[in-house]
Amino acid sequence: MTASAITPRDMSTSTTGRNNYPVVWLIALAVFALLWLAPVPGWIDVYPKAWEIPASRWISAAMKWLVNEASFGLFTFTEFTRFLASIIEAPYRLAMSLLATGFLSGQGSSAVQVAPPLSWVAVIGIAALMGHAAGGRALALLVFACFAFILVFGQWQSAMATLASVLVAVPIGIAGGLLLGIAAYRHPRFERALTPVLDVMQTVPAFAYLVPILFLFGFGPTAAILATVIYALPPMARITALSLRQVAPEIRDLGRMVGATRRQLTWRVLVPSARDSLMVGVNQVIMLSLNMVIIASMIGAGGLGFDVLAALRRLDIGAGLEAGLAIVALAVALDRLSQAFAQREASPLADRGASWPARHPHVAAGLALVAATYLLGLLLPAFRTWPEAWEISTGAYLSEMVKWINVNFFDTFEAVKNAVLLNVLIPFKRLLGELPWLGVTGLLAVAGWRLGGVRLMATVAILSFLIAATGQWEKAAITVYLCGVSVLVAALIGIPIGIMCAENERVWRVVSLVIDTLQTLPSFVYLMPVVMLFRVGDFSAMIAVVAYAVVPAIRYTVLGLTRVDPRVVEAGRAMGATRGQILWRIRLKLALPEILLGLNQTIMFALSMLVITALVGTRDLGQEVYIALTKADTGRGLVAGLAVAAIAIIADRLISAGAARTRARLGLADSGGSAS
Amino acid sequence: MTAKLSCRHVWKLFGEGAKAFLADTPSPDAAALSARNLVGAVRDINLDVAEGEIFVIMGLSGSGKSTLVRCLSRLIEPTAGEILFNGENLLAADEKRMIEIRRHRMGMVFQHFALLPHLTVLDNVAFPLSIQGMDRAARETRAREMIDLVGLTGREAFYPRQLSGGQQQRVGIARSLAVEPELWFLDEPFSALDPLIRREMQDEFVRLQSKLKKTIVFITHDFDEAIRLADRIAIMKDGEIVQTGTPEDLVLNPATDYVREFTRDVAQAKVVRVGRLMQPGDASGRPRVAATARISEAARLFDGGETLAVVDANGAPVGRLERRDVADLMLRG
Ligand SMILES: Nc1ncnc2c1ncn2[C@@H]1O[C@H](COP(=O)(O)OP(=O)(O)OP(=O)(O)O)[C@@H](O)[C@H]1O
Ligand SMILES: [Mg+2]
Repeated sequence: MTASAITPRDMSTSTTGRNNYPVVWLIALAVFALLWLAPVPGWIDVYPKAWEIPASRWISAAMKWLVNEASFGLFTFTEFTRFLASIIEAPYRLAMSLLATGFLSGQGSSAVQVAPPLSWVAVIGIAALMGHAAGGRALALLVFACFAFILVFGQWQSAMATLASVLVAVPIGIAGGLLLGIAAYRHPRFERALTPVLDVMQTVPAFAYLVPILFLFGFGPTAAILATVIYALPPMARITALSLRQVAPEIRDLGRMVGATRRQLTWRVLVPSARDSLMVGVNQVIMLSLNMVIIASMIGAGGLGFDVLAALRRLDIGAGLEAGLAIVALAVALDRLSQAFAQREASPLADRGASWPARHPHVAAGLALVAATYLLGLLLPAFRTWPEAWEISTGAYLSEMVKWINVNFFDTFEAVKNAVLLNVLIPFKRLLGELPWLGVTGLLAVAGWRLGGVRLMATVAILSFLIAATGQWEKAAITVYLCGVSVLVAALIGIPIGIMCAENERVWRVVSLVIDTLQTLPSFVYLMPVVMLFRVGDFSAMIAVVAYAVVPAIRYTVLGLTRVDPRVVEAGRAMGATRGQILWRIRLKLALPEILLGLNQTIMFALSMLVITALVGTRDLGQEVYIALTKADTGRGLVAGLAVAAIAIIADRLISAGAARTRARLGLADSGGSAS
Repeated sequence: MTAKLSCRHVWKLFGEGAKAFLADTPSPDAAALSARNLVGAVRDINLDVAEGEIFVIMGLSGSGKSTLVRCLSRLIEPTAGEILFNGENLLAADEKRMIEIRRHRMGMVFQHFALLPHLTVLDNVAFPLSIQGMDRAARETRAREMIDLVGLTGREAFYPRQLSGGQQQRVGIARSLAVEPELWFLDEPFSALDPLIRREMQDEFVRLQSKLKKTIVFITHDFDEAIRLADRIAIMKDGEIVQTGTPEDLVLNPATDYVREFTRDVAQAKVVRVGRLMQPGDASGRPRVAATARISEAARLFDGGETLAVVDANGAPVGRLERRDVADLMLRG
């Protein structure tokens, strides 16, 4: 997401026109107030039902047509989706058999197990060996601890089902992203077509495309894996195109000078040279896949995600938290493993003469472990499955604790919640709900014009109009209200913390550890403790969103402040400015563009989290998507999802344009948009 | 003299509509270019590189050296002109033919080494051969020879980041030589190295060339490096060649003030050869000096006398060198 829409010409028109800047705004605001407060025809206030574009009906009809009639000549659309499904299904079944169910022969309940799944000893052992191979003893221990945690808390079966689907989704996501990225790198025309698609894919809440996937692929693990891939793939495609472009031109020249063909140039020169940055993409795919685990369980992924979701629906905090923590453990293990493999110093060539096990000690040990545990498993059942008697569960204690907290602090929590609700949330919600759609659209258009020129004005106005025209205005207002309040709170908390971090190295070290961890958590986990304490409703939603979205506010503030040219600070000090003056008058001012971009990211995070908070009973667009999902109503879900995307795009473009303008005004070089 | 590589009226303009513009305006000057928002990186270059010669292209940053050398190897498509390699017009060659020529006849050394970070020294050096599809045993044998040639034996299993800058460039040199190229391009190969190492690598380069006798196009922005290594030098400024000649030509007869600027601080005695100052006549009985020796070397041999006997490569007398002439030259700088 960059401010690419701003051409130099646009910038100059808006600077030359700065003289009448306040005047334009005054007129715009006056017109807006008139539309809002004066008695005007109803259609200005509320978009009339009769004029609505029946987009959701069209989409549903199109989906039906796709499934029933569409054909590409050689094969029909349905055959195409079946083909996709089979690509996913075969490896998934293999992974499931290996990790969870064992190899079965026969169908359904009459199936007989031919071979057992890998023993827990083997799985943990292999994971620890991989840790050792990539990052030495410390990593081996960490990975071991993560898997052991899953085991002793009785989450093994579910975790292995989740792991199986992640193991299938991740390679597909990596390969797909890599291929798309390479194609984008090679063909600028393809990239121009792909970029907006990726933009939308990343801003549409995952919920929205669950609906069509459900419609096309039916309920089940295949659909879930596909949704995961779609969710996890865009960053890989982007990072691939970016990192191929960043390969030093000399390396590219080298490839051509040694007479590499186009294919050799791509696969033997560019891709390996970009390995380090590509691994960042790989890590992203893994983390996003795990982030999707719970959402995907809504359309048929079993495993930990399903457990969390089920517990959340029962409001069984203990069970939900344990399954949630198991996801975190899995995420931590896979994250650290993939990072370690990315940073691994390739060891000098082993002696070619040595025997195979000597050259590959880790692989050899892993195979030996599999064989040994298989044989032991035949004798001792405890080797096959961890005995239930050895499991521990804190679920009961947790539920006890929640009960105790609620008994003792119920009134306090209730009072805080009600005070905030009555004094802040509800008035703000009412205010936003009353704003006339035409006035808001006009005001946004004026902002777009002032900040970025005619093109931005058109983009913003059309998107805003479409939200109204598809009948989403009211829900969109609630979305903006929840998002707005949460972003405000997140900024009020995050920016001061960021300032403190930038002032004090030690604070930053602690905070960065905390926010790194926060980012590894699947967003659902935030809901758990909040619901526990405040039960369902807008207030809980807000707190969960703030907890999730505060991270970029902190990160970008620190980034902006630490990037300020030290010579400028030096000059300020030489002029006798106090610490406070340096902070307020110099550093914060120069860091403003970054802080704005941080705010932008905060909004994006908040929007993606809002959809998830639909589970705790908000009434916004997220809820609309969620309802569509339960009814498998493709059109309704997609329209609401696209409305969220439209809000995100409006906010993103306006703020990016604002940041670029600020940067230009401060005479700073363009750092190339948000560095998310 | 048969030219291995010739280039005729080669132009490279960056910017939109460069080709059409150049077709309309056959030789535009700087003002015409900037009026059209075009960058004249390479302008009307003509040069001939003889077989076995070290041809140095010297110019300051931004003068168009890299662009020119990339035009010569066709990594960049020239806007106009003709490039003849063994008499074949490279610009008319198709993709397949170019790959063929680059695989077997050209090698290039890069300023920032351009080593592949994921390959060991051995695999880096063998890389061009593996691109050609040579089998592992054959290419590794060849790569080991090259590693030996540049004095890196024992480091085969190292990765580039485990080597110093000088060592990395040795790998780059070994890699470019692995295919036994007829034409060897070096784009500022030693500029990224610190002065001591640079000196050492220059000596190494001279040693290698005395063995290999390649045809070389060597780019540098360092005039001292140019006169140390070159058989002939072309001096570039703003995309044009201002003078081409032997180091002696440049030092003794700079064509423009711009060239004089570079040569002014050069000790002429270290560049000019005895053959250039000798006079006809016989000086038998006096200490002998080769016609190809530099004046600074000859100066040490006078041993109190007034003349030296100049001999050719076979030791036959060809003339005499007067002490007075040597002193004059050395006093000039
Ligand atoms: N792709 C390009 N697009 C536009 N201008 C270019 C491009 N490549 C080079 N130039 C311009 O062409 C001119 C010559 O550049 P070139 O890289 O050939 O110089 P150089 O002599 O190699 O300099 P250096 O010693 O810094 O490597 C410069 O003015 C440069 O800005
Ligand atoms: Mg250069």
